Amino acid sequence: MNPKNTPLPSNPTNPIIEVRDFNFMYGSAQALYDISLDIGEKEVTALIGPSGCGKSTFLRCFNRMNDLIDNTRIPGGTIKISDVDIYHKDIDVIELRKHVGMVFQKSNPFPKSIYENIAYGLRIQGIKRKNEIDQVVEECLRGAALWDEVKDRLSDSALGMSGGQQQRLCIARALAVKPKIILMDEPCSALDPVATAKVEELIHVLKENYTIVIVTHNMQQAARLSDRTAFFYLGKLIEYGPNEQVFMNPENPKTEAYVSGRFG
Amino acid sequence: MQRYFHDELQDLRNKLILLGEKSHEAARLSVESLLDNDLEQAEKTLALDDSIDALEKEIGHACTRYISLRSPVSTDLRLILVALKASHDFERVGDEAHTIARKTRDILTREGRFKPSLKIREMSRLSCKLIHDAITCFVEEDIEKAKAVIALDREVDALNNYHYEALASKELKKALTDASRFDAILVSKAIERIGDHAKNLANEVIFLLNGD
Repeated sequence: MNPKNTPLPSNPTNPIIEVRDFNFMYGSAQALYDISLDIGEKEVTALIGPSGCGKSTFLRCFNRMNDLIDNTRIPGGTIKISDVDIYHKDIDVIELRKHVGMVFQKSNPFPKSIYENIAYGLRIQGIKRKNEIDQVVEECLRGAALWDEVKDRLSDSALGMSGGQQQRLCIARALAVKPKIILMDEPCSALDPVATAKVEELIHVLKENYTIVIVTHNMQQAARLSDRTAFFYLGKLIEYGPNEQVFMNPENPKTEAYVSGRFG
Repeated sequence: MQRYFHDELQDLRNKLILLGEKSHEAARLSVESLLDNDLEQAEKTLALDDSIDALEKEIGHACTRYISLRSPVSTDLRLILVALKASHDFERVGDEAHTIARKTRDILTREGRFKPSLKIREMSRLSCKLIHDAITCFVEEDIEKAKAVIALDREVDALNNYHYEALASKELKKALTDASRFDAILVSKAIERIGDHAKNLANEVIFLLNGD
């Protein structure tokens, strides 16, 4: 964990994700151009930029979610996670997604009980023993700072929870399969300020054990929450660095204009 | 809800108090070295100035960082604004102490001792008390004490006026060289400025506590 106020080195010294000259296309439209960056292990990295800049596309490349979209291709470049090229032909995408969990903009709990939302993934993995499942459910709910709020109503439907609780349940569900990396695509955009603060607090705690990459439109959130921020514009990585650089003294005039609200 | 970054505000408060204590110490030592004809102590005071300047810079950076990354509002924002202004006041107290210590070195080297003691010690004790009380009212969030600091600064001003008049009197014109009288005026003025900074600090505490 980065001790407060200690300036980070300009590049992560312990990268878990290494992206090199990465390009991505939807049909004939190029969405990402020659992206190269390292994402540090157990850091929070924010991806910011105006709509259509490619930040969500880039995020979805880390667990190959874009494979589910027709007519997409990668004309060049590599993404390595823990030194493994995740676009290599031998990669088991299901296995990859166990290591790289994802939380979406709108919370999407299964229409099942709170307990079953977490137990479901474990059963799919072949874990049958109730004791073991009970233990992981509690661990994950505690890990997502939700246990105290729901421990007496685990059999209630997850759909009866508040929006903020549902989002934290989705984070708990992502934790159940013990990922190394958690991707978050605007996880707080549908939440009120108090629920947002709780999710932010949770992310701050989670980074002790997980690497988190978050897409956000909220620049204050990126500044508050992340260790490093990458600014994208028109599919290109304009600037990437520690928050002290990006929000206090950006090197690129486009970044300066965007973070200070003078863009467009 | 206490957020993870709120600890940074406590760190900032602690740094500001430390800066206050350093500048208070510098102010006290500088006048003591002058009145006790202690060149070694004057040198110690001069050495303190660099650490005061460095701490002011550190506080300025922490404030800029907090504003840029944490989007503070209300009392948190006022604390940041006060930290910026107060750290500058403390740094200026350090500069006044530096001026007195430098003057002490000149006087002791030139004349061996500082002759026109007048009410310098009394004035210095009072201005140091004001700095101390300004720090205390910040720590204890005490508006009444802050108002008392503002009121008491007038006594420091009155002593400064007394020195101006005394040093212009015929008796002292005869008894002291022009250089000695000029030194005494500079020292008195520096102590009076220390009191002014304490008054500024007290006003900043009032702004912090009630926004006025």
